[in-house]
Amino acid sequence: MGFPQSFFATKFGITAADLERYLAEALSKGGNYADLYFEYVSTSSLGLEESILKNATQGVTLGVGVRVITGERTGYAYSDDLSPDKIMQAARVAACISNGPASIVKTPLESMGKRDLYPVLTSPNETALMDRVALVRRADEAARSADGRVFQVQVSYADQLKHVLIAASDGTISFDRQPLARMNVTVLAREGDGTPQSGYHGGGGRVDLNWFQNEKTPEHFALEAVRQAQVQLEAVEAPAGETTVVLGPGWPGILLHEAVGHGLEADFNRKGVSAFSGRIGQLVASPLCTIVDDGTMANRRGSLNVDDEGSPTQSNVLIENGILRGYLTDKLSAQVTGGKSTGSGRRESYQAIPMPRMTNTFMMAGESDPGDIVRSVKKGIYCTTFGGGQVDITSGNFVFSASESYLIEDGKITRPVRGATLIGNGPEAMRHVSMVGNDLKLDEGVGVCGKEGQSVPVGVGIPTIKIDKMTVGGTA
Amino acid sequence: MRNAPLEDLVAAAVKRAQTLGATDAECTASEGAEFSVSVRKGEVEKLKEAGSKAVGLRVLIGKKQGSAYTSDLTPEGVEQMVRAALELAHITSEDPFAGLPDPEELGKLEGDLELFYEETALVPAEQKISIARQAEAAAMAADERIANSEGAGFGSYAGSRVFANSRGFVGSYRTSSCSLSTTPVAKLGDSMERDYWYTMARQFSKLESPESVGRKATERAVRRLGARKIDTQKAPIIFDRTLAPSLLGHIFDAASGETIYRKSSFFVDKLGQSVASEKLTLIDDATLVGRFGTSPYDDEGVTSRRTPILEKGVLKNYMLNTYTGRKLGMKTTGNASRGLSGAPSISHGNLFLEPGELTQEQIFKAIGRGLFVTELIGFGVNIVTGDYSRGAVGLWIEGGEIAYPVSEITIAGNLKEMLMDIAYVGSDLEFRGSVNSPTLAIGEMMISGQ
Repeated sequence: MGFPQSFFATKFGITAADLERYLAEALSKGGNYADLYFEYVSTSSLGLEESILKNATQGVTLGVGVRVITGERTGYAYSDDLSPDKIMQAARVAACISNGPASIVKTPLESMGKRDLYPVLTSPNETALMDRVALVRRADEAARSADGRVFQVQVSYADQLKHVLIAASDGTISFDRQPLARMNVTVLAREGDGTPQSGYHGGGGRVDLNWFQNEKTPEHFALEAVRQAQVQLEAVEAPAGETTVVLGPGWPGILLHEAVGHGLEADFNRKGVSAFSGRIGQLVASPLCTIVDDGTMANRRGSLNVDDEGSPTQSNVLIENGILRGYLTDKLSAQVTGGKSTGSGRRESYQAIPMPRMTNTFMMAGESDPGDIVRSVKKGIYCTTFGGGQVDITSGNFVFSASESYLIEDGKITRPVRGATLIGNGPEAMRHVSMVGNDLKLDEGVGVCGKEGQSVPVGVGIPTIKIDKMTVGGTA
Repeated sequence: MRNAPLEDLVAAAVKRAQTLGATDAECTASEGAEFSVSVRKGEVEKLKEAGSKAVGLRVLIGKKQGSAYTSDLTPEGVEQMVRAALELAHITSEDPFAGLPDPEELGKLEGDLELFYEETALVPAEQKISIARQAEAAAMAADERIANSEGAGFGSYAGSRVFANSRGFVGSYRTSSCSLSTTPVAKLGDSMERDYWYTMARQFSKLESPESVGRKATERAVRRLGARKIDTQKAPIIFDRTLAPSLLGHIFDAASGETIYRKSSFFVDKLGQSVASEKLTLIDDATLVGRFGTSPYDDEGVTSRRTPILEKGVLKNYMLNTYTGRKLGMKTTGNASRGLSGAPSISHGNLFLEPGELTQEQIFKAIGRGLFVTELIGFGVNIVTGDYSRGAVGLWIEGGEIAYPVSEITIAGNLKEMLMDIAYVGSDLEFRGSVNSPTLAIGEMMISGQ
C-alpha cells in the first residue's frame, strides 16, 4: 500500500503536496528539521463490576502535531482540526523557534518500506461490541466460581486503533495502523471476617480478538487474579533490610526498565544527568547480564513498525555481557551526538513532543537452572509479581513494589509475604546479579511507562535471576 | 465568565440524545490553550503553544448508561458521539443506582471564585522564557556544587469547562494557571543528586520569584549530597509538608465512596469511629476563593461545599458522588469528578489538614532522633489493607537537628496504625496545589536500610 491508499490520504484527502507545503511553512524561518505527526485514535472500554456491565465508552480523538528542530531547540504546536488553514497556523507557531532564512524540505517525500509486526486484519476495536462484552462476562464468571472466598470482581477491557502518519523534512513519509487491546481483572477475597486481600492480573497486546478468545483467555486472567488473592490470604509480614533477592521470570523484568532502561535514554545522557552518563564501553553490570530493548517483536504491546518520528524500530543491545553498549536515541539526540536514531522516539499523542523511550526491554537468558538458583539461597526472598516501579535517574536509585513474593529458607521457597517495596541503586544492583536462569519469559502485556507526564505502552521480560543484595522494605 | 458557544454545543448534544431516545443525558466539554517552555543552561530547549477542545457525553436509557467522547466538534462529529453513547447504553446492564443527581442537589456557588485571571493568559512569551532563565540561573549561582542542570520550565494554561444535563443545568467557568520550576544537579565526587522546586498560581503575578525558586531548588539538591544508607531500625518519621499531602491523598482514597462500597478500603464500616489520632482534622473544601481545588460545582453539576473527613480523628464523612451515595444510602458530597470519557469518579476539592502548634524546627527538637523524609518514590500503598512501603530520601535528625542526608532506604508500616500514631502536626500549613498539609510526624515506622 502506498501513501495515496493510506488512511489519512483517503479519509481526509491529504496529499503529498499538502505535506510538503506544511513542512515548508514549518521551516520558513529556518531549522534543521521539521516533522508532522497526524494521529486518529478510536477507543472503546468496558467496565464490569458486581456482575453488572456498568460502563461502556467509545471515543475518537484526532489531531496533528508540528515540530521544528533548530540545533537543540524544539518548537512545537498542534491542532485538533485537520483543515489546511489550521495546520498552516500550527506550522507557523512551531516555526517561531527559529529565526533565520527558510530551510529546504527534501522532496519528493518518499514512503518508507513497510513492515507488518502486527498483522491484525480486524482490530478488536472493529469487532462487534457483544463479542467484547462476552469476554468480560467470561472473566467475571471464572473469577467468581474459582473460590468461594472471592466476594468482589472487577473486570475492565479497553482497546484502541491508532492510525498515524508522519512526514518529515528529511524526505520521508511513514504511516501505520496500530491496534492495541488489554483486559484487567481485579478480585477481592476474604477468609470469614478477616481482612480482604486483593489480586490482580491482566494482559494484552497488538493482537486480534481471537487472542483473548483462544490464547490468553479471560479465564486465564481471572484465575491468575484469584490465585494472587489466595496467596495474599496466607501471607505473613515481609522482612525488612538487606537480603538476597531471586526474581521469577516475566513481569519482574520491570527491574530492568527502572534500574537500567530509563538511565540509558539518550536525552538524560546527552545532558549528562544520568547515573550511566559517559560510561559507554565500561562494565556497568555483572558479565552475566545482556540487556536488549527490542521494538520489533511480533504482536507485543511495546512493539511498533515505526516509532513516532517515522524511524523503523529495531533491536538495540543496551548492555552486552555487563558492558554498556549504547543509549536509546530519538532523532534529536542522534543529531546532537552524531549517531543514528535507534527507533526509540515515542510520544503519548499528537499533543506531545517525542522523547527517547523504551519498547520491550528484557534480559537474555543465561545458563542456570531456575531450581538451582533458588536452592543456592540460604535466606532471601523470591518475587514473582510486581506492581509499579520508579527511578531517580540522576542518583540511580530505583524502587519497585513486589506484590507476590515468598521467603526462601535454606534453599526452599516457604511462606508468602505481604507486598513490599524493594529499593536499590541501578548500576550497583546490576553488578550484584550472580546467577541468570535459562527461562527467559516476557510479560503478558500490561506495562505502561510514564515519563515527563507522557504514558506509552511498553513490555518487559527477564529470566529467573539472583541478586545477591537488595533492600527489602518490609516490616518484620 | 460564560463560554456561550460551547454551552450551546453541550446543551444541544443533551437535547439531541433525548430526541434519539435517552431518558437522561449530561454533556461536558473543555476548551483551553497551553503554553510551555523549557530552558537549559540559558538556552530555550522546547517551546510549545497550542489550543484544543473536546466534548464527552453520558446518556441513560432507564437504568442503563453509555458514554462517548470526541475531539471532532463538527456537527457530524458530535452526532457520531451521541449515537455511539446511545448504542452503548443499549448493551450495558440495568444498574439500579445509575442516574443523574436529584434536581435539588444541582446548583452553583455564587460570586467570583477568582479561578481565572486574564493577566495569566496575556503574559508575553518573552517574559515567560525570561523568568524560566532567571530561575535556572539563580539555581546555578546559589552553590558551587551545582555542576549541571536539568533545566527550568514555565507552563501556563487558560481554558474553560462547560457542563449541561437534561435536568436543566447549564454552566461554564474559566480557569487559569501557571507554574515555574527548576531542577539543578549537584555533584560531589562521583555521585550526583538532583532536586527541584516549583511555584504555581492562578495569577501570574502571584508566582514566587524566580530567584527564590532557584535558590530553594539548589538548597534541596545540595542537602542530598553525601547521602548514606542507614541501619534497618524502627524510628520516628517526620514527613515534610511537601510530602505529607501524599498521606492525605491515601486517607481521601480510603474514605472515597468507590473504595467503600467495593469494600476495598480499610475505612469500611468505620464511619463515626475514631480512625486516627485526635490531632488530625482533615477537611475537603471546594469553596475556597482562588485555590486550585475550587470549583462552583462538581462534575455532575452538584454545588461545591466544605466537608470534614476527619474531625479530631473521627471519620465524619465518606466522599461521594451521586452513584456511590445511592449505593451507600447516602447523599452526594459534591465530589464527582470526570474527564471527558466514562462515568463520574470521585476526587477532592481543596484537601487540607488543620495546622497544629509547633514549627518544623520545634518538631525536630521534640522528636530528638528520627528520619525527616523529603522525597518518596514508588507506589507501595495498599488501600484495601492499609499496608504501606515506599522508597524514601531524607535527612537524619540527631539531637533535634539535621545531622546528615540519607537515601536508598524504605519506610514501611500500616496506614491504620500510622494514622493513630501521629506524634505532631506542624503549624506550617501553606496552600500551594489542591492538597496541602503542615509537617506531620509519626511516632514510629520501620526503616529498611543496610
